[in-house]
Amino acid sequence: MALLEVRDLSVVFRRKGTRPFTAVDGVSFDVEPGQTVGLVGESGSGKSVTALAIMGLLPKRGAEVSGAVSFEDTDMLRLSDKQLRDRRGRDLGMVFQDPLSSLNPVISIGLQITEVLERHRGMTRKQATAEAADLLARVGIPDPDRRLSEYPHQLSGGMRQRALIAIALACRPRLLIADEPTTALDVTIQAQILALLSGLVRETGTALVMITHDLGVIAGLCDEVNVMYGGRIVERAERHALFHASRHPYTHGLLASIPRLDAPRGEKLVPIKGSVTDNIPWAQGCAFAPRCPNALAVCREITPELEADNGGMLRCHNPVGQMSGVG
Amino acid sequence: MTKLLTRKAERIDELAESGGTSLAKDAMRRMLHSPVAIIGAVITILFVVLAIISPFIAPKDPYVRYDELRANLTPSHIPGPMPGFLLGSDQNGMDFFSRLLVGSQQTLLVGVGATIIGASVGMVIGGVAGAFGGATDTVLMRLTDILLALPSLLLAISIAALFAHGTQWTVIIAVSVVSVPIFARLLRGSMLAQRSSDHVLAATALGVKRRTIVFRHMLPNSLGPVIVQATLTLATAILEAAALSFLGLGDSDPDRAEWGLMLAKAQGLLDVKPELAFYPAIAIIIVALGFTLLGESLREALDPKNRR
Repeated sequence: MALLEVRDLSVVFRRKGTRPFTAVDGVSFDVEPGQTVGLVGESGSGKSVTALAIMGLLPKRGAEVSGAVSFEDTDMLRLSDKQLRDRRGRDLGMVFQDPLSSLNPVISIGLQITEVLERHRGMTRKQATAEAADLLARVGIPDPDRRLSEYPHQLSGGMRQRALIAIALACRPRLLIADEPTTALDVTIQAQILALLSGLVRETGTALVMITHDLGVIAGLCDEVNVMYGGRIVERAERHALFHASRHPYTHGLLASIPRLDAPRGEKLVPIKGSVTDNIPWAQGCAFAPRCPNALAVCREITPELEADNGGMLRCHNPVGQMSGVG
Repeated sequence: MTKLLTRKAERIDELAESGGTSLAKDAMRRMLHSPVAIIGAVITILFVVLAIISPFIAPKDPYVRYDELRANLTPSHIPGPMPGFLLGSDQNGMDFFSRLLVGSQQTLLVGVGATIIGASVGMVIGGVAGAFGGATDTVLMRLTDILLALPSLLLAISIAALFAHGTQWTVIIAVSVVSVPIFARLLRGSMLAQRSSDHVLAATALGVKRRTIVFRHMLPNSLGPVIVQATLTLATAILEAAALSFLGLGDSDPDRAEWGLMLAKAQGLLDVKPELAFYPAIAIIIVALGFTLLGESLREALDPKNRR
């Protein structure tokens, strides 16, 4: 029994005067207890919306969520607001992209941690303060007692993200969703934060859903990777399989577009042509077809299904490493 | 209730002991470095102090008609400075200087009273609209739009005219009603901005209760503009109160020592003794300027774009 089971999750944004926009289109994946699962894709691929839908954080008006999100056998999409509030922060935590704007600027770091402890673990202010200092120490913030009384703008970017991680992990949730937790940080800090995250989830047995556009983050952290494009999962593979033998042309393109230390000198990076807006609706074929170097005629006519492939899952008519025989 | 208060006190103590600088402390520090803010604050403080101590330092009773002044009072002559009466008489034979001093009290009462009432009512309306959003927001905001559609002085005049026998409370209520929609809109706007902010989303993702989110995360972050508006409203409230008195819609007691009223009563005597109009007018201008300078510099100090 998986900890989190996402089944056929779809999110459609409807606004008066505009055509409905399907941000997430039938996404399914599982997260086992203690496992780290990656969701990768470029901006607009539906990663963040997937996370918000799992947490029940999408606005009720304008966003239509369908499918099922079962967390420990409860369907999160059917919970009342109050039940949802009771579970958020306690069973599921979330770390956001921008650590400065995710902290309340007018109250101290300490209060922002104790608030959660008092809410979900029923601690008194005194117990919570002691626990908060402990948490800050665990996420590697020096002199935690002093930091408790400081305000977000007095901490550095990396420190703020550590504080946010401390807040998210304060109630020892079983699942942590990290939405691009390193994007707003310096490269040197990114590695520290990733090491901290992976260390903490291993230590506490927390399952982690890592949302990122950065394949480097995935390489260091995730057990299993879901690659998203246009709101659908196009490839799912175990980490090593993904890096060594990616099958989907999109994944392949992502990997080819990042510099490698072991590449011969002077080798050029290969960008993916076009942008994420140049897609065709999934209903008409493969959304990636207009940008795909491997595209065949069939790609624009028949929607590829997500099928088992090489121990993973693949949604492609003409994957990399296979001679084009179809069409 | 007492538990709540002790908790609050504890929290203030915690904050006082802490080494952290909050937004408020930071703003205070910047205010102290701005000459405009200091001028505004000095005027404001002097005015408030004057209003409090004026009954004790006024050399004469401001409401007594003195025979030595009335003896020299003719339709074409109002006595000027004479021993014991620093600025001479007013048109009724009362001590002009004492009346000017004590007038500060009425002016402060009207300004502060109207601002507090207007800000409180406006903040409740704006806060509720901003916290709930949706239909509540629409209904409340359309109602404030109706108030906003009327020119403010005209609205104040109509309200003041509703009361047959005006007191200073007539003025306070008329002026406060006018400021309600401004506060409502302002707080509602910044609450809505907070609602969609990242840190409120983050707090929601932590399962923080809605009440806590509204009172701890949204409201304190929305108060800055409201505080600034309050100081600016104080200035306009004083001016509007003066305007109402000038039009004879304020206090029905013609002898009341209040700057706007004094200014109004002096308008027919400009050729006889212009000081009767001049000094109250100058007093109103200085006080309004003081509050405006304070408000403007407070706005600058609280502006996050100016933070370093």
